[in-house]
Amino acid sequence: MTTDLVLFWVPALVALIATLMVITRKNASRALIYLVVSLLAVAVIFFVLGAPFAAALEVVVYAGAIVVLFLFVVMMLNLGRSSVLRETRWLQPGMWAFPFILVFVLAIVMFNVFAGSGDETKGQEVGPKAVGAELFGPYLLAVELAGFLLLAALVGAYHLGRRYLEERREEAG
Amino acid sequence: MFGFELNWSYVLIVPLAAGTLLAVMFLQWWERRLLGWWQDRRGPNRVGWFGVLQGVADGIKFITKDDWVPPFGDRVFFVLAPVIVCASMLFVLGVIPFAPDFHIVDVNVALLWFLAMSSLAVYGVLLGGFASNNKYALLGSLRAAAQMVTYEVFMGLSVMGVVIHAGSFSLVDIVNAQADMWYVLPQFLGFVIFLIAGLAESHRLPFDLPEAEHELTAGFHTEYSGMKFALLMCGEYVAVIVTSCLIVLLFFGGWLVPSFLDFLPPLLWFGAKVLFFIHVFVLLRAAIPRPRYDQLMSLGWKILLPLTLLNLLITGAIVGLGAF
Repeated sequence: MTTDLVLFWVPALVALIATLMVITRKNASRALIYLVVSLLAVAVIFFVLGAPFAAALEVVVYAGAIVVLFLFVVMMLNLGRSSVLRETRWLQPGMWAFPFILVFVLAIVMFNVFAGSGDETKGQEVGPKAVGAELFGPYLLAVELAGFLLLAALVGAYHLGRRYLEERREEAG
Repeated sequence: MFGFELNWSYVLIVPLAAGTLLAVMFLQWWERRLLGWWQDRRGPNRVGWFGVLQGVADGIKFITKDDWVPPFGDRVFFVLAPVIVCASMLFVLGVIPFAPDFHIVDVNVALLWFLAMSSLAVYGVLLGGFASNNKYALLGSLRAAAQMVTYEVFMGLSVMGVVIHAGSFSLVDIVNAQADMWYVLPQFLGFVIFLIAGLAESHRLPFDLPEAEHELTAGFHTEYSGMKFALLMCGEYVAVIVTSCLIVLLFFGGWLVPSFLDFLPPLLWFGAKVLFFIHVFVLLRAAIPRPRYDQLMSLGWKILLPLTLLNLLITGAIVGLGAF
C-alpha cells in the first residue's frame, strides 16, 4: 500500500512541479525540457494506474516525437538573449491574474465533479489488446475521423511545402 | 488499488548495466581489431595480449583527460546530454529476456518500451549539439534529430508485422511464438528494414551523418572530451548491443534453436546470435561508404516507408485470412 502511494504521489508531484516550470521559464529550450519531464511523469502515472499501453504511447508520441520537433524548431530559430528579454517582459506578475481566475473557476467545477463521483481505479491492467479492441470497436468512428483529420493535415503540409519549393526553383531560374 | 507492484529483483538492472558497460570496453577493442583485419591494417595490438587491454588504457586516458565544458555553451544541457544517450539505451536492458525465465521484467509493452527509449535518446544528441553552441555541433545534432525521428517511424512500423504474428508486445511471448518458425522467414522485409533503421537509430557508419568527420569535424560531439565523450561512445555501443538483441528476439527466435542444436544452454545460444549481429554491424561499417544526407532521408521516406506499410498490409491480410 505504501509503495503504491509513493509510486503515485512522487510522479504526480514531479509532473506538477515540472509543468509549473514549463510556464514560468523564460528560456524556450529549458521550458521544453521541463515539458518532457512532465510528460514522462504522466507516463509513469499511467503505468502505475494500470495503463501500460497509454504510458508507452505517451513517451513514444508526445515526448519522443512531438516535443523533439518543437525543440528542433527552437534550435533552428536560435533564440538568443532578445527572446529571453521579451519573455521577461511578458511574464510580469500582473499578467498572472486572469489565468488564475480561469483556473479557479475550473478548479471549482472539477472539485464538484470528483467529489460527487467517488470513483476509484479498479487496479486492473488494461493491456494493448484491450485498447485496440476498444478503439476499433465502439470508438471506430472517432478513429476514422482522426484519420481524416491527419490526412488533411498531411495534404496541407505537402501543399505549403511544395509552394515554397516551387518559389525557390523559380528564383534559381 | 493500483495495477503495478514494485519488486526488489528490479535492482538487478544495476549489475546488468555495469556488466554491459564492461562488455562495451572489450567490444570497442574487438571492433577496432576486426576493422583493422577487414581493412588490411593492424588495429590496436600493443596493450596486453593482442591488445586486449586497449579498453583499459582508453579508460585511463578518458578519466585523466581534462573534462572541459565549453564556457560559451549551456552547461546543464552539456552535462545532461551524454547521460541521456547512455542511460536511455541501458534502460532497455531491463526488458530483454536473455533465456527462459532469465529476465528482469516481463512487461506486456516491452517492445514499445524499446521504441520509447530509443526515441528519448534523440534528446541526448539534440541537446548535446545545441548546448555546445558551435556551428558544426548544431548542424550535426539537427541532422541527428531529423534522421532519428524519421527512422523511428518505420522502425516502429517494421516490427508491427512481428507483433501481428505473435499477437503480443511482450518479448517473452514473441520468442515463444517462434517455436515453429523464426519470424525472419515470413517477415524478411521487416527484418531488413529493422536492421537499416537500427543502424540509423544508433547513428553508426554508414549512417553516421550526424558526426561525419569529413564535413562536420565530429558533428554533435565536437566539443566533448574526456569521460563525457566516452559516455557518448558507450551509448552508441550499448545501442548496437540492444539493437542486436532486439533483432535476435524479434526475428531469430531469441534463445530458441532447432532441436538438434539444443546441446548448449539457451543463454549461450542467445549470446552467440547477438554476437553474430554485432559482427554484422561492424562488417557493415567496414564495407559500406556513407550516403549523402539527402539520399539517406529520401531512402527513408520514399522507399522504406512505403515498403513497411506494404509489408504491414500483406502481413495483416495473411494473418487475418488465417494462412499462418
